[in-house]
Amino acid sequence: MAITLSASDSALAEAPRPARLTPPQVWGVVMLAPYILVFLAFVVYPVGYGLWLARDPASYVALFNDPIFARAAVNTLIFLLVGINLKMLIALFLSGFFVQQRGWIKWLSVIFILPWAVPSIPTILSVRFMLNPEWGVVNQLIFKFTGEDGPNWLNDPTVALGMAIGMHIWKSLPFWTLILMTGRLAISQDLFEAAEVDGATWMQKFRYITWPSMQTLYITCTLLSMIWTLGDFNSVYLLTGGGPADLTHVLSTLGIRYLRLDQLSLAMASIVCAMPLVLPLVYFMMKRLSR
Amino acid sequence: MKLPTLREVGTEARLLLIGIPVFIWTMIPIYHMFLFAISPKEDAFSGKLWPDHPTLHNFSIVFHQQHYFLRDFWIQFGNSVIIAVAVGALTLIIATCAAYAISRLRVPGSRVVMNLALFTYFIPAAFLAVPMYRTMGKYGLLNNDWSLILAMVTIASPYAIWVLKQASDKLPVELDEAAVMDGASPLQIFRLVYVPLMMPSLVAIGTYAVLLAWNEYLYAFLLLSNDKAITLPVALGNFLAADDSPWELLMTTGFIYALPPAAVYYAFKRYMVGGLTAGAVKS
Repeated sequence: MAITLSASDSALAEAPRPARLTPPQVWGVVMLAPYILVFLAFVVYPVGYGLWLARDPASYVALFNDPIFARAAVNTLIFLLVGINLKMLIALFLSGFFVQQRGWIKWLSVIFILPWAVPSIPTILSVRFMLNPEWGVVNQLIFKFTGEDGPNWLNDPTVALGMAIGMHIWKSLPFWTLILMTGRLAISQDLFEAAEVDGATWMQKFRYITWPSMQTLYITCTLLSMIWTLGDFNSVYLLTGGGPADLTHVLSTLGIRYLRLDQLSLAMASIVCAMPLVLPLVYFMMKRLSR
Repeated sequence: MKLPTLREVGTEARLLLIGIPVFIWTMIPIYHMFLFAISPKEDAFSGKLWPDHPTLHNFSIVFHQQHYFLRDFWIQFGNSVIIAVAVGALTLIIATCAAYAISRLRVPGSRVVMNLALFTYFIPAAFLAVPMYRTMGKYGLLNNDWSLILAMVTIASPYAIWVLKQASDKLPVELDEAAVMDGASPLQIFRLVYVPLMMPSLVAIGTYAVLLAWNEYLYAFLLLSNDKAITLPVALGNFLAADDSPWELLMTTGFIYALPPAAVYYAFKRYMVGGLTAGAVKS
């Protein structure tokens, strides 16, 4: 975050030197000004203020002594390592399914994009109701067929976290499948035809043609998805509310938890503690994109 | 008509074996919501796949605001619309001007601005929420539409600037040079050459910003709390506060709330796929 502050200072220092600017560049400064103002007022100031609030070492001690924080950090790692890799593997597989030339697959792809096109709040609440132990449709069906009461799904931290990961996958799988599809479609069809003539198996075609040309895209997507998932507040907060007993929090919901408990410096400290996870990923992505 | 060979039938069967689970997985939460919306209260909890007496009564209750939780439905719907439109318009103005300055006018330091914007884009918005909440409090904007509008513009513009810059880098420089020869000022070039040529990307970005603002929950629920100031997603979240909340009405409201963005998405899909997915991941 320190980078943000120092770099914006230099950008500012350059702006007020009209003498050396050509007239079009003066217009350029004027046109750039609205964004710079927004950036100063709503990024630089909040971040600076937040860091100032998080300056007290005592709040970090308090944070590390809070078992909820450790649990949230572990949950976040599980979310990223298990959730994202599972999601990207499914997306890679499904992108191969959706590039098949069939009328009904084209229609299915239109329906498949729905989770991405609709807002997440109503669908997450819909799932939450489905999993309700007493009236939810899942346990109603279990009772109908077995005559026994179903489990209290969201009351077990492991199951609840698994459901939150499932919710996240449900929501963002279509987007990544679409991106990987464009990658697959960019591969020259001649390669597959030649492989076909040589009698290559499905596995060999994937191993020697598809994967080598999609490798970079796949890894970029995985990293980008990790960054975005770190900020996935809705899937956890609206499905489990961080519960039971605050055991399913992730780093993005933890700040809000402390805010609600009126522990502002702890909220900021928890966000600062997430930065070692966020900044390397961001640095890597920026390197890739500014090439 | 030629009969399909055994091999073709086998391939088709395997494709169906993937397609059917994908269809079911995708539709379950949405269908469940729809089912609640068209079920009378007593049918909603029966666990049937189709209600015995499907009805639009729930929609009528929502539209006439005939429930405690829904007494401000139209005001909240209006807030959502106003905020989404304002965020779309402001993001477009700010981002188009910035992209023009960075890509065409080559202002010194614009590379730094671009990288800062990109950096902000990659930091997940959830981590900026708490400091943003405090800042809006300091600016005295809490519970005011402007707090959410400005916050969402801050979140939407970095990506908008980046996509628009990528798109405008592709426009030939000769166009600007020819216009300068004809004596056009930078503003005239912007208005008469640049904006018309950028139209497809502008539509994509405008749609992106509108949907982002309409769908936002976290910032909306932090920055707005007054019943008459909140947007629809916050109102939906508030249903959870009570134990006896009317699920069928919540699902109906959620269904109504989900329809406009889905419609916008499908209407502008053409632009979205070209303009955004290409920009989202450059491998």
